[in-house]
Amino acid sequence: MSFFIIVTLVKIAIVFGVFMTTLAYLQWVERKVLAHIQSRTGPLRVGPHGLLQPLADVFKLLTKEDLMPPHASKFFYLLAPFIAVSLALVSISIIPFGPVVDVPFFPGHKTPLGITDLNVGILFILAIGAISVYGIALAGWSSNNKYSLMGGLRSSAQMISYELPFTLVIISPLLLANELSFRGIVNSQADYYLNFIPRWSIFQMPFPQIFGFIIFMIAGFAETNRIPFDLPEAENELVAGFHTEYSSMKFACFFMAEYANMVTIACVATVLFLGGWHPLFPAPYSDWVPTAVFLGASFLLFAQGNKIGRKGDHITFPLFGLAALVLAGVFAVPMLQTYIVPIFWFAAKAGFLLFVYIWIRGTLPRFRYDQLMHFAWTFLFPCALINLLLTALMVALFPNQK
Amino acid sequence: MDSILFIIAAVAAIGCGLNLVLQSHPISSALSLIGVMSSLALLYLLLGAEFIAMAQMIVYGGAVMVLFIFVIMLLNAGAEKRSDKSLFARIFGFPLLAVFVVPLSFLIKTTFSAQVSDVSFGSWVGGTAEAVGKQLFTKFLLPFEVISVLILIAILGAVVLAQKEID
Amino acid sequence: MDHIPLSAYLILSAILFGLGVAGFIFRKSVITVFMSIELMLNAVNLSFVTFSYENKNIDGHIYSFFVMVVAAAEAAVGLAIILTIFKNRGTLQIDEVDSMKL
Repeated sequence: MSFFIIVTLVKIAIVFGVFMTTLAYLQWVERKVLAHIQSRTGPLRVGPHGLLQPLADVFKLLTKEDLMPPHASKFFYLLAPFIAVSLALVSISIIPFGPVVDVPFFPGHKTPLGITDLNVGILFILAIGAISVYGIALAGWSSNNKYSLMGGLRSSAQMISYELPFTLVIISPLLLANELSFRGIVNSQADYYLNFIPRWSIFQMPFPQIFGFIIFMIAGFAETNRIPFDLPEAENELVAGFHTEYSSMKFACFFMAEYANMVTIACVATVLFLGGWHPLFPAPYSDWVPTAVFLGASFLLFAQGNKIGRKGDHITFPLFGLAALVLAGVFAVPMLQTYIVPIFWFAAKAGFLLFVYIWIRGTLPRFRYDQLMHFAWTFLFPCALINLLLTALMVALFPNQK
Repeated sequence: MDSILFIIAAVAAIGCGLNLVLQSHPISSALSLIGVMSSLALLYLLLGAEFIAMAQMIVYGGAVMVLFIFVIMLLNAGAEKRSDKSLFARIFGFPLLAVFVVPLSFLIKTTFSAQVSDVSFGSWVGGTAEAVGKQLFTKFLLPFEVISVLILIAILGAVVLAQKEID
Repeated sequence: MDHIPLSAYLILSAILFGLGVAGFIFRKSVITVFMSIELMLNAVNLSFVTFSYENKNIDGHIYSFFVMVVAAAEAAVGLAIILTIFKNRGTLQIDEVDSMKL
């Protein structure tokens, strides 16, 4: 087989493995962060600090009874979680994680870090987002349950309403970058103004996209049915919305699809607005930031390990500190730095956005359905339109701003 | 490789088209139509039309068909009742369809097989969004503006038709 | 492997158009009739894009784009009309909507 195919298969295997682990541990992070916002501790028992909790959840979901409600349309009932999860997982394939690097043991070849790149990458993400509405609509309809149907229809209507400001606000950084492919957009955010302000889209000069970024995050919350927009799947309002009648692995599919959509929106926001893998300040100094971060983390873990009085903590905290020291050492090796420092910056920015997702979940109450739709059509859509018009005006008046 | 993809997409398109015409419940027909649109998007990609393929999925597959599915679910449209009104249609229906399609296909094949080359993926890379955009804003500017007025009229029409009556 | 001849795409477009005509004439539920119209429009789009490939000219894509936009507008208004028919007649079978009197 050709070399290109083998390298791509290896990349697919790595990205898929990392992505599935991230989905599982994103659930752990969410429960811990929500718990600490609410002054409690979250999962603690299953493994040190609840780190094996996702594994326990997977076992529970696999061994639950797999039932089908009576009089449900069997084909659509089984098709809906399949559509939801497969479309959510496929959008990770075009997101670039790093620049073009040499393949490690084959000196002549170069490969981009990221599975592939499409010329029309942004349109692909929009198309996937548009079609994943069907998973939810079919799930709601095929369960033969009026709460599921209402939840499914409301959720679908919310998703297609928020697709409008989502699409309009995506166009604005495209006008600044003059590209539709993700890798081209990140490459256009590479320089630094005055040698220390990065040229990310939120700082880019004809029109900084700060409002665009905020509107994108709000529309992203609504697209993924997260709080404050999660009335269609809220537990005290509609039993559980469109996934009421789904149990065990089919529920796990919807669950994974929701977290995968969250990760996709965070990655797309990082690529479009926050400059992808480009660091916060110019190159020679920023290569040592990951090492410094992990050294600081290990110092904190060693220092706290003596103080906390819970039973196993004087063993687990120093162990985690040791793991952080090993990671700091890995990031200090200059040969590996060209591969993993860009991935660190990308993961740090996407991770920060995921933390903002979880933070907002713990802080804000949810919208009522008519407030939600009114907000989309009368406020967010005109804001996105005005953002687009102003960006276009500034780009037309001051072209080729460097 | 592109011939394998063409055969898969063509068989999927014809299969979903047949399914649309033969199924009795509108929701199965709607999902078959989504299948047809996805196969057509794959065929557009094989013909080098990347912008049109993505626009097809976003506009047709993501908006128009969602509208169809909403209407089917809201009206609770059931399976079609079989009606035995026309014996002529039941016997001569599909053969007449074949009489329509087969000579047309034969005519197409004889007209086009002599002079044109085969379709190979990658031999034309001019179907980009940039090319479409350039033409839309220079040569086709008037139709573009007229179509935006058309969409506005359609929105107004839909709102007027679907609003509650003021008693 | 062999490349696919251009006439194969056009024959596929003709077959899909024929299936659309069949659905339009033989089906009784008004939503299925409307979906057959959409199938016909899609078949025509495939023809436009195929001819655009043959002449290496982008204009076929533009026509196809306009057909898509017109089909979307038509779907919106047509479904609103279907909702009104359902509200006034109570049925979605087109052979039961056979009197001019309300």
